[in-house]
Amino acid sequence: MTTPMVRCQSLRKSFGRLEVLRGIDMVIERGQVVCVVGPSGSGKSTLLRCLNHLEEPQAGRVYVDGELIGYSERGGRLRPLPDARLRRQRESIGMVFQRFHLFPHRTAVENVMEGLIAVKGVGAADARKRADDLLDRVGLADRAHHYPAQLSGGQQQRVAIARSLAMSPKLMLFDEPTSALDPELVGDVLEVMKNLAASGMTMIVVTHEMGFAREVGDHLVFMDEGMIIEQGPPRDLLAAPQHDRTRAFLSKVL
Amino acid sequence: MNRSVDERDPAAPGPASAGPAGPETPETNRISHPVRPGRWLAAGVTALVLAWLGWSVAVNPNLHWDIVVAYQFDRVIMDGLRVTIQLTVASMAIGVVLGVVVALMQVSDSQVLRAGAIAYVWFFRGTPLLVQLIFWFNIALIFPEIGLGVPFGGPKLVTWETNALVTGFVAALLGLSINEGAYMSEIVRAGLRAVDPGQQEAAAALGMSRLKIMKRVVLPQAMRIIVPPTGNQFISMLKTTSLVSVIAGADLLTVAQRLYLTNFEVIALLIVASIWYLVLTTVASVGQYFLERRFSRGFGVTVPGTLRGRIGRNLRFSGSTR
Repeated sequence: MTTPMVRCQSLRKSFGRLEVLRGIDMVIERGQVVCVVGPSGSGKSTLLRCLNHLEEPQAGRVYVDGELIGYSERGGRLRPLPDARLRRQRESIGMVFQRFHLFPHRTAVENVMEGLIAVKGVGAADARKRADDLLDRVGLADRAHHYPAQLSGGQQQRVAIARSLAMSPKLMLFDEPTSALDPELVGDVLEVMKNLAASGMTMIVVTHEMGFAREVGDHLVFMDEGMIIEQGPPRDLLAAPQHDRTRAFLSKVL
Repeated sequence: MNRSVDERDPAAPGPASAGPAGPETPETNRISHPVRPGRWLAAGVTALVLAWLGWSVAVNPNLHWDIVVAYQFDRVIMDGLRVTIQLTVASMAIGVVLGVVVALMQVSDSQVLRAGAIAYVWFFRGTPLLVQLIFWFNIALIFPEIGLGVPFGGPKLVTWETNALVTGFVAALLGLSINEGAYMSEIVRAGLRAVDPGQQEAAAALGMSRLKIMKRVVLPQAMRIIVPPTGNQFISMLKTTSLVSVIAGADLLTVAQRLYLTNFEVIALLIVASIWYLVLTTVASVGQYFLERRFSRGFGVTVPGTLRGRIGRNLRFSGSTR
């Protein structure tokens, strides 16, 4: 049996007195596309941010590819990893944000090159070639020299995906990647994500796009109030939710 | 070009689409602007006052223009000019470095670092620069010797006479740069705070180190906010250096004063100095314009105003507020 790509064990996170995650257990196999849905404030984004240690959980563990994220463990005690080790873990986990967060002072191609140059130490010429290929893959070869402000939201998000892919991650996290987009721009981004899924990438997608979840997702997780209420194959879960809360949520979004 | 939205959208209700637009909609609207007699009058009066001022300055026999011409490129004046430029560039350079360091201390997680930064800014912005300059010039009265060794009264490895170390120029440099650092730190801090925190997260998610995030992501974006006020600080500093005349700093104003104390051409030599200050601020304004253009890349904005307008703005006498 191979190690799963992601394993969460009773993950807890609170901000002050607000409990955002109240014990999350989750296993994600290699190549799976997992969609996480749920009402806002249910802890979906926080869960995603715990997976690459942008948030430090109060309790519980996250393993990616068998490796404990953010800590080293000895004799049952956790110690924070040295910065360099944590950086290497983050390098292998791509993240795409709702608001893109492209570097506004760099062109599209420079955004994609940034991680290659600043993190992987790739030479400028090689980085450019790699970045051009990736921009081509997300359908933006002709926008390489545009600054983010000169691109539409959908184009910016596709550059952001290319920027993450440049690091050759083994896992991609998408935090509501289409929520900030005009409706007519959503399709292009979902198309890129669909192709990525088809290429075998393990993906965790926090989304409100039920169509994408049904069509592309292998597994659907419904969260509410910091807990996983229900999970299973998307078609089954969407067609016949078992819990009242799931039914109530789905009746609002479908 | 100026057609309204209503005209383009036939479904939209409104007077423009209600009736036929007419067979000939002109490409550009011909608009007859009303005459504004008040504006014309004000312009006329302004031109008149300017011409009168210019004339009275040009023909005034008390201004000794021949002396101005004779001293404009005088060797002593040129030495003073050089000192002023050196002081400005060096103080600004040190001030910017200090400002960045103190600003980073202020956004640090350590309370001690934050407290140190706040105390520094509080003290050096809270006392007059003139006092600080005189203070540095007389530092030997408090610390006659400066040494390297164990602090809190321990043994010293080497010591120097403070008076030999802190010359007029050094005192001026210390006073100006440390004071400037306090102002610059506030400017840098504002710039850092203006950068979306999401930028740091995106960079961290790529696996960048804190130092690289600061250097490659945050600071370049903060520069867009930092550069314009820093340009103002530089221009202000060009003129602020004249304060060091109180500690015999040998700057432009000091040497001009020394000259008029011997030949009594007070006004002529002040004009000589002023002309040089104007030249320096003009050159600095041009530099500022190009710097701003460089750092606004990617923000889809052009630097407001023209180069000419920018120069004019920087020549205003509001630069020095200390």
